[in-house]
Amino acid sequence: MSARPNRPIYLDNQATTPCDPRVVAAMLPFFTERFGNPHSAEHAMGLDAEAAVEAARAQVADLIGAEPRELVFTSGATESNNIAIKGAARFAAGMGDPRRRIVTVVTEHKCVLESVEDLADEGFEPVMLPVGRDGLLDPGELRAALAVPTLLVSVMAVNNEIGVVQDISSLAGIARAAGALFHTDAAQAVGKIPLDVAAMGVDLLSLSGHKLYGPKGVGALYVRRRPRVRLAPLFSGGGQERGLRSGTLPAPLLVGLGEACRIAAAEMAEDAARIAALRDRFLRRLAADLPGLVVNGSRHARIEGNLNVTFPAATATDLMRAVPDLCISTGSACSSAEIEPSYVLRALGLDDATAKRTLRIGIGRFTSAADIDFAAGALAAAHASVAHARIEA
Amino acid sequence: MSSHDDAMTYLDANATESLRPAATEACLAVMAAVGNPSSVHRAGRAARRRLEDAREIVAARLGGRAADLVFTSGGTEADALAVHGLRRGRRVIVGATEHDAIRVPARDATVLPVDRHGVADLDVLARLLAEGPALVCLMLANNETGVIQPVAEAARLCAASGAWLHVDAVQAAGRIAVDFASIGAHAMAVSSHKLGGPAGAGALLLAPEAAAALAPLITGGGQEKGRRGGTPPLPAIAGFAAAAREANGAQSLAPLRDAAEAAAVAAGAVVLGAGAPRLPNTTCLALPGVKAETQVIALDLAGIQVSAGAACSSGKVARSHVLEAMGLGPLAGEAIRVSLPWNATEADIAAFAAAYAEMAARLSRRAA
Repeated sequence: MSARPNRPIYLDNQATTPCDPRVVAAMLPFFTERFGNPHSAEHAMGLDAEAAVEAARAQVADLIGAEPRELVFTSGATESNNIAIKGAARFAAGMGDPRRRIVTVVTEHKCVLESVEDLADEGFEPVMLPVGRDGLLDPGELRAALAVPTLLVSVMAVNNEIGVVQDISSLAGIARAAGALFHTDAAQAVGKIPLDVAAMGVDLLSLSGHKLYGPKGVGALYVRRRPRVRLAPLFSGGGQERGLRSGTLPAPLLVGLGEACRIAAAEMAEDAARIAALRDRFLRRLAADLPGLVVNGSRHARIEGNLNVTFPAATATDLMRAVPDLCISTGSACSSAEIEPSYVLRALGLDDATAKRTLRIGIGRFTSAADIDFAAGALAAAHASVAHARIEA
Repeated sequence: MSSHDDAMTYLDANATESLRPAATEACLAVMAAVGNPSSVHRAGRAARRRLEDAREIVAARLGGRAADLVFTSGGTEADALAVHGLRRGRRVIVGATEHDAIRVPARDATVLPVDRHGVADLDVLARLLAEGPALVCLMLANNETGVIQPVAEAARLCAASGAWLHVDAVQAAGRIAVDFASIGAHAMAVSSHKLGGPAGAGALLLAPEAAAALAPLITGGGQEKGRRGGTPPLPAIAGFAAAAREANGAQSLAPLRDAAEAAAVAAGAVVLGAGAPRLPNTTCLALPGVKAETQVIALDLAGIQVSAGAACSSGKVARSHVLEAMGLGPLAGEAIRVSLPWNATEADIAAFAAAYAEMAARLSRRAA
């Protein structure tokens, strides 16, 4: 085991990622001298901020193959998901569309599930599809659900707890064939895997700044223009973002989001290869010490930076307590304060006892081989002592 | 050190304040640390502490309870959350000069008129309140004129009739003393970037009974006690708190504002809302016969950054609904807003006075 590090080792990159120093550098001038309101179109400082915001919009669009004007800036993926789901449903209903069914998946992020559940109170019919043991949605399940005329299908591109990648192109094709709109929560996917909205055939896509080494407090919603997808805004006001999202745009944060997207586009493949090597190294070392270690979710359709592992004998809580220098989690950050076993793991068919022995390891751009070696060594040692203490007791 | 470019005189603080260095510093310090406030590990707990410290500071500065302060993405979302989240079973009444963040989400509202100084008519409010349960939205200070509304009196009327009052304090917070508890309102919205913090954060302060009744706008994840889903934007929030701590009122700007106003009046301007109590940093100046847009462009060419009203959906320079509600007739399309940032200097005012006099001489002559 390597020496104790002088800082906590951060392996929770699905909860949030550190801001890339290049992103911070890009934002800095907008925190100091270039502080104009991007909506002050009447004077030079406002126009300067507006130009910076529009350059950022183009950078975000480039990363996902969209046109800049197809992007609506929001405060983050949670807001994007709320606007996409509630906005599409409410707009259609307002136009007299008789369809009420909204289809999603049980392993979606809470904000998607809650948005869909909120719509039930407004007379919509939520349908939550199951996933297989590998965490993937069976296209047949979706086809069957679409036998009833459906307004909207929402399937996440990459799961935040188990890292599995859904086959969005196929699923979006099935939805389109049935006349339903297709939304994907791509907060964990954007910047990690190549995405092209046109090739995937999605109508709506949500992304978040702080999941791709950008700042917290910004995100975007892709809204397809041709054919145009119509949404009702979640709230209105000054009419910014073409009326879809009112409120002063946070120019510095958006510049940061744009730079994060630019970096991701340029370095995604390189990052993915390095992170995959780190993941393999981690798994090799840990599995050598802990036979019986199980990786949850598909072994093939997954992002490089995520491992969701069930330990043979120690609970996640005990392991996390035993290695306080390691920042890891049991699942989604939003609900990680809860002691409840993860609903995502339950959906894979894990019983509660197994789910409680499960940890999420999130490897990122700034993870080093030394971090990985420390983490694997420390977890194996902690497991041995925790399991031993358990037997003693 | 001047915080803005030497060639520019920034007098559009009501669109966005000059950032306070302490806010930038706090924001960048948090940006350098990693951690999601909802994570239980050490980085997450440190983030959580920063978030709760910021909540305590902002709540304390504004006289609210930290437990009932909801962080949002900004003032617009905070206003929308109040209107959508508290209106159930209540008729909505909005002041005629409210910001679009209130007017637009409450399109079906009854409008409470203002007098020619821009002050809401509380006799009318009392009559409207007799008609049944209501949610009243009355701003503390107007973004275009700086006119301060009698919100505490309005709160007393509301309390007497069981109505709720939401106060948009976006322009007032940091510039005049704002105490949520002593106002007696049920909700109050504030924005980080209007008091010298970064854009991207705001807050809704709630009275306990309003907090219990609030229906969320953005759901999922359970953050902010289920009142607002989404990872809180910690760097922006830390900058917000640092700015709130430093924003001790803009009273020291009043002599500078008065000097700017006097110079403009000498050049032919009319001050709008001058008969009412106003924010110390704001003046709304009409130049009879000259379109607001023309004035703003002329001043911009002279390096003076002002506006013709609210800086919202870009490009539009419509007639001001605020000035129309004050019954100002054609002057409603002929007024500019000059709003001093916290770091405005005498040199800024001198530059403005010279540019305004030159502009007025040139354009008024043409208009005449």
